[in-house]
Amino acid sequence: MDYSNLRRQAASMKKSLFDQGYLDEQFCQVEDLQDEASPNFVEEVVTLFFKDSGRLMSNIEQALEKYPRDFSRWDAYMQQLKGSCSSIGASRMKNECMSFRDSCGQGNVEGCMRSFQKVKREHAVLRQKLESYFQLLRQAGPAGAATRPVM
Amino acid sequence: MCEERARMLQEQFGVTVNHVRALAILISTFHFQKVPSAIDQDTFATYTARTSFERPVLNGVAYAQRIFHHEREMFESQQGWIMKTMKREAAPPQDEYAPVIFSQDTVSYLSRIDMMSGEEDRENIIRARATGKAVLTNPFRLLGSNHLGVVLTFAVYRPGLAADASVEERVEATAGYLGGAFDVESLVENLLSKLAGNQDIVVNVYDVTNASEPMVMYGPQSPDGKVPLLHVSTLDFGDPFRRHEMRCRYKQKPPLPWSAITNPLGAFVIWMLVGYIICAAWTRYDKVSEDCRKMEELKTQAEAADVAKSQFLATVSHEIRTPMNGVLGMLDMLLGTDLTMTQKDYAQTAQMCGRALITLINDVLDRAKIEAGKLELEAVPFDLRSLMDDVISLFSSKSREKCIELAVFVCDDVPKVVIGDPWRFRQILTNLVGNAVKFTERGHVFVRVCLAENSKVEANKVLNGTMNGKDGKVDTAANGAFNTLSGFQAADERNNWDYFKLLLSDKELPMDEAECEKSYQNDCDCVTLMISIEDTGVGIPLHAQDRVFTPFMQADSSTSRNYGGTGIGLSISKCLAELMGGHISFTSRPFVGSTFTFSAVLKRSCKDTSSDSKRSLSEALPTAFKGMKAILVDGRPVRGAVTRYHLNRLGIIVQVVNSLSIGLQTLSGQNGVKESREKLSMLFIESDIWRPETDNLLLNRLNELKNNSQVHEVPKLVLLVTSEADKDRYGSTFDIVMCKPIRASTIASCLQQLLKVVMPERKENENRPSFLRSLLIGKNILIVDDNKVNLRVAAAALKKYGAKVHCVDSGKDAVCLLQQPHCFDACFMDVQMPEMDGFEATRQIRQMEAKANEERKTLASMEGSTFVESHLPILAMTADVIQATYEECIKSGMDGYVSKPFDEEQLYQAVSRLVVGTTESAV
Repeated sequence: MDYSNLRRQAASMKKSLFDQGYLDEQFCQVEDLQDEASPNFVEEVVTLFFKDSGRLMSNIEQALEKYPRDFSRWDAYMQQLKGSCSSIGASRMKNECMSFRDSCGQGNVEGCMRSFQKVKREHAVLRQKLESYFQLLRQAGPAGAATRPVM
Repeated sequence: MCEERARMLQEQFGVTVNHVRALAILISTFHFQKVPSAIDQDTFATYTARTSFERPVLNGVAYAQRIFHHEREMFESQQGWIMKTMKREAAPPQDEYAPVIFSQDTVSYLSRIDMMSGEEDRENIIRARATGKAVLTNPFRLLGSNHLGVVLTFAVYRPGLAADASVEERVEATAGYLGGAFDVESLVENLLSKLAGNQDIVVNVYDVTNASEPMVMYGPQSPDGKVPLLHVSTLDFGDPFRRHEMRCRYKQKPPLPWSAITNPLGAFVIWMLVGYIICAAWTRYDKVSEDCRKMEELKTQAEAADVAKSQFLATVSHEIRTPMNGVLGMLDMLLGTDLTMTQKDYAQTAQMCGRALITLINDVLDRAKIEAGKLELEAVPFDLRSLMDDVISLFSSKSREKCIELAVFVCDDVPKVVIGDPWRFRQILTNLVGNAVKFTERGHVFVRVCLAENSKVEANKVLNGTMNGKDGKVDTAANGAFNTLSGFQAADERNNWDYFKLLLSDKELPMDEAECEKSYQNDCDCVTLMISIEDTGVGIPLHAQDRVFTPFMQADSSTSRNYGGTGIGLSISKCLAELMGGHISFTSRPFVGSTFTFSAVLKRSCKDTSSDSKRSLSEALPTAFKGMKAILVDGRPVRGAVTRYHLNRLGIIVQVVNSLSIGLQTLSGQNGVKESREKLSMLFIESDIWRPETDNLLLNRLNELKNNSQVHEVPKLVLLVTSEADKDRYGSTFDIVMCKPIRASTIASCLQQLLKVVMPERKENENRPSFLRSLLIGKNILIVDDNKVNLRVAAAALKKYGAKVHCVDSGKDAVCLLQQPHCFDACFMDVQMPEMDGFEATRQIRQMEAKANEERKTLASMEGSTFVESHLPILAMTADVIQATYEECIKSGMDGYVSKPFDEEQLYQAVSRLVVGTTESAV
């Protein structure tokens, strides 16, 4: 029962992230991509995602200030963010991005602002959750250790 | 007492009066009848003095003669003195006189005094001569002593007066008067004081002739009426005219009766006591409740401390574990590097120690969690049988090393899927089985799962059949083997074949699964499992048996030296079993073995298991063997049952026979059967049944049978061995040698190899990735995406299939890289990119391609060689897959698209289309 406890915790945490809709199936796919060759792939990707999305969001924030009612520009930025979200499977964030883009389509500045705030919030929440998830995973050690029988 | 005194007084008085009367008669007799008188003053005085004892209450008597006025002169002259009044004056003339002529010495002052001059005396005299009886005056101050007194007067008549004479006659006959003075104070006191023993009692004598105004004759005037009378008694002094009373009273207020004091005092004391008791009880209650409160407080404090301790432990364990993982991870990595032998040894030791520490910390953490009440059991459906298999396989290497039989058996009526906490369940099992394997050097470890109800029935049977069991045991012992799994004696005889077969007996008929489900649904929702882990190890010393479940307790200190371990596992198992609503117990006989039994309440899974297969812990057992037949040759029925159980799970119908010869006979009997499904395809043989010298012959016969084509196909021979070492020995004879512990999936995989059974559904699953892999392996692929995340994910996805991936993050770079000639086999292009989007980039690439193709075409036509038009497959990557986008993709020269989060299926489709396309174009 070496690491299985932690792994279980991690699994249940992941499950709850799924249940609460923070993540979707795409995240599993990303996890499937992890193998011996790139043992930290998921974490790498997620770190990348947060770095990238942080940058994108600051871009959007600037755009919202500098170019009022420039919906196409907003939309373009948001499209990128949405792409990032969907590729790691951050489903709630992605949904907020979509609602931002819907608001852009309707020319609804209020809606955009609101959605953007939500996006930021989701981003922060997801970041915190995933960080603790990965911490747990790191503690649980490599997957191989979990199944190793220990007397 | 008062009454008594009154009577006495009255009596004395009566006596006195009688004597006075006697004196009166004396005077009448000797003074008037004798002439001359026989009595003179001296005689009278002497006589009266000498008889005064007869008149105890009278202080003196005197006789006064009746003298009429006309007789006065004669009288005075005769006597030689003149009469005087009370006031010592010469008596004034009156009708009558009553001068005292004789007087007792004590009252000599009365002589010559006219008694008629005194008011009271006069009345008395008149009354006395009229009645002829003794009369008394009111109390008044007596002449001589000035004491209060009463004068008694008695008339003296001339002789010859008739007894019934009238008043006038009496008056007429009166000759004189005899008087006596009661000096009440001095005389009566004498008398009464003798009686008055009690100083506190005051005696008063009253003249109550006038009832409203009693006159005091004797005794002090009572100060007031407040002092209550003790007693009142009437006195009769012989004077009918007067009435007297004697009243006794207390000098002071009468002392209160004792009861009047004691009763209230007693009551008071009682009330005080009662009050005190109540008060004391109250204070006691107060104190106790206060103490109780304090105790509660302390208890909560203690509990809080306990929880805090557990939490502290949990936290500390967790905190220790985190860096420990780092240490272990680093050691892992260190071991991966080039190390000298010594270094490697050191590192491995460190890793081992670290792992041991982690295990211990985990255990402590578990225990602390349980104590802190933080441990919550999960409720997920799991396949009990495969879980048991997993646990057993954990210990397979150890059991093979030690050459002990390790087996698991789950009764048929245990539901396939139950709901509970599989990890915790597994933890208990791992602990118990681990211990069993650890402490067992020979024999077997046998895990058996059955329903608690059955176990009870079985236990009863064991109890009933104790005698038989004992006898049977002796028999088998005489044969040198026990009827257990391995033939070694076990502590608990329940796994002896005699009892074990009871579990099997009524389940010989395999129940239809649906039917089973139905019957379960009728049952209650919960199922209590009884899991027993039997070993034939060293056993637990008797003295240590009662503290087996205490944390950190081992049988003795040498245990940890010999076997290691911390002794926390069992206590955790106990806690966990209790959390699961069961309990844990054991039977152990030193040097024979131990049997741990625990129960757990789990829920039946109502859900269809297949729908939940993704979450189910079990890997589905292949169904390809269903209906196959096998013969198991095993001398030990228990072991045979276990093997049959595993084979049954694969759907193989097993016939257990005792020896190889019987097995071969059965085989020969198979001749008639022609259908392939019905034919016997496997022969399982236990290694200890196998005798090379004898049984080889039998096998040869088997081959003969084949040669004679009596048997269509020779059954595959499978040997079951317990240790790895045996595996090689028999390899030549048998088709396969299986090493125990056997489990269904192991058998399945072995048989699969052996029988070349195809697993159709699996193939389908495994096909696609490998196909993709074959398509993509070694290919150079360019991915273009401005989104780094997407880029990374896509790259990894493609790398997974063996592709060599190159990434760029803008359309421009892509165009640069794809300048002819390039080495890329395909390009995945993001549609939306800043500066140059995917469509534009594709268009430019196609233009470059067209230009290059043109050049090469002319070159080729010049050289006359065959020309292959180069066409780089470009696939769009897009998130929004709509027709318009697709059309634009095609328009701009792309070959297809994949949706952006890479989906294996879609990738497969797109790539395969591409391949088909290229092959077409190539053709």
